[in-house]
Amino acid sequence: MSEGAVAWMLVATAFVLLMTPALGFFYGGLVRSKNALNTMMMSFGAVAVVGLAWALIGYSLAFSSGLPVVGDLSYALLRGVGLEASGDIPHVLFMCFQGTFAIITAALISGALVERMRFGPYLVFITLWAILIYAPIAHWVWGGGWLAELGALDFAGGTVVHINAGIAAVVGALVLGKRRDYGRQAILPHNIPFTLLGAMLLWLGWFGFNAGSALGANEIAGLAFANTMLAPMATGLMWMILDLIRDGKATAVGLATAIVVGLVAITPAAGFVSPLSAIALGALAAFPSYFALLWRARTRLDDSLDVFAAHGVGGLTGAVLTGVFAQESWNGVADGLLFGNPMQVVIQIVAILAVIVYTALGTFVILRAIGLVTALRVSEKTERLGLDVAEHGEQAYTSGEGAVLLLPSGRASEAGFVSGAAVKHVGGSA
Amino acid sequence: MKLIVAIIRPEKLNDVLEALFRAEVRGLTISTAQGHGGETEQVETYRGTTVKMELSPKIRLDIGVSDHFVEPTVQAILSAARTGEVGDGKIFVLPVEAVYRIRTGERDEAAVTPVA
Repeated sequence: MSEGAVAWMLVATAFVLLMTPALGFFYGGLVRSKNALNTMMMSFGAVAVVGLAWALIGYSLAFSSGLPVVGDLSYALLRGVGLEASGDIPHVLFMCFQGTFAIITAALISGALVERMRFGPYLVFITLWAILIYAPIAHWVWGGGWLAELGALDFAGGTVVHINAGIAAVVGALVLGKRRDYGRQAILPHNIPFTLLGAMLLWLGWFGFNAGSALGANEIAGLAFANTMLAPMATGLMWMILDLIRDGKATAVGLATAIVVGLVAITPAAGFVSPLSAIALGALAAFPSYFALLWRARTRLDDSLDVFAAHGVGGLTGAVLTGVFAQESWNGVADGLLFGNPMQVVIQIVAILAVIVYTALGTFVILRAIGLVTALRVSEKTERLGLDVAEHGEQAYTSGEGAVLLLPSGRASEAGFVSGAAVKHVGGSA
Repeated sequence: MKLIVAIIRPEKLNDVLEALFRAEVRGLTISTAQGHGGETEQVETYRGTTVKMELSPKIRLDIGVSDHFVEPTVQAILSAARTGEVGDGKIFVLPVEAVYRIRTGERDEAAVTPVA
């Protein structure tokens, strides 16, 4: 173990954990104010349930030796996950670092489910999804599974995290169906500053995500850091140029989206490509996602916050371009297409296809299974009223006017406006 | 001329605007409001503090119309804003002494007739 590595990985793990609340702000700003809390709770809730599911069982399925397709239960309930070294850091810290990845991946899917999914079934869904879909795929790529054997390059999770979540989001949006108002009336972001704040906090967390994936305080961490800084800058600039060409105005939601797309695209490549290649990769990544977004909005697919266009398409672009720009003189692992190894692109595509097929089928089965037991969607009335009040009994923005304090006995503190009016708990007819 | 004041549910605003547009009512003002009309209250909890929300968010529409437009306007709002549950709102029809269009100084009927 090295002290430098332990120190950096402690910080990196905390940074990656910050990404999920940051995503809550990013998503929360993009929905209508009546659903702001519910949308943010989808991220914050994921921290609790997925984090625990990971510690108790997910980590074992992903990182114990087991089979090529999935690990076994030898680390279940954190048995054998102690202070011994795992590379340069304590095993228990490695488990936490990987746990933060599971949390953000599950939370990413929520962008396709917002403004209509019941909160309870959502928590059940992401918990099962993290265990049954995320953990095996993490095993394939990082846990010594079959894609690792094949030589697929995924530095920090382009395939495992972003393509995975992007495809699950499409399936989720299809199973759940579109929002009642989708395509009927304009659904506008209620707080774009939240979205910008969320994007910048995601970027901060992403330094832990990518540079931390070097699993040490070393040269590759430095390279991943530089690439994580440069690629989104190129994507942001390119996105603003595309916006300016399209209708003469660079948009804030567009730039916030571009930052995320750039971060997604550089994720699989962060420790494998040169900084100059990272700039090229970031700039190129703007195009597929930009046009996927424009196209999606004209379809009936209500992937509400464009998880597929940002993470699915951005992840695909990044994963393929990793196979193009990888440079052994920088990473010491493998060359890509540009440096005389065309086979790497083929391996990347095999990895992408495997993840797409498994996550699409698995996500569909999990959601349908939960749907057999209980309703996935809120009632039409709740959807009209907003999920904050109906699902959480709170509002994001309250004036306090007309609120009467209820004493523990259940009596109002003073005579109400309508004395003796029945009190209804959730979804009352306001 | 009449001033039609309608208090409706916020989630019904889009339906009402659509209905008014179809009834060819082209000018209106809306504002957000809070009110109470006998509906059951919602209970919300903030860190152990439980409160009963006695005032519900509403939208208020102010529409100045000429006499023969009163009925279509009222019918449009009635049909679009109704859910059948307590809390759907009210429509008030008020007499108006005079209306001026600020841009041109036109008065009364001319002032509430939309520009072609």
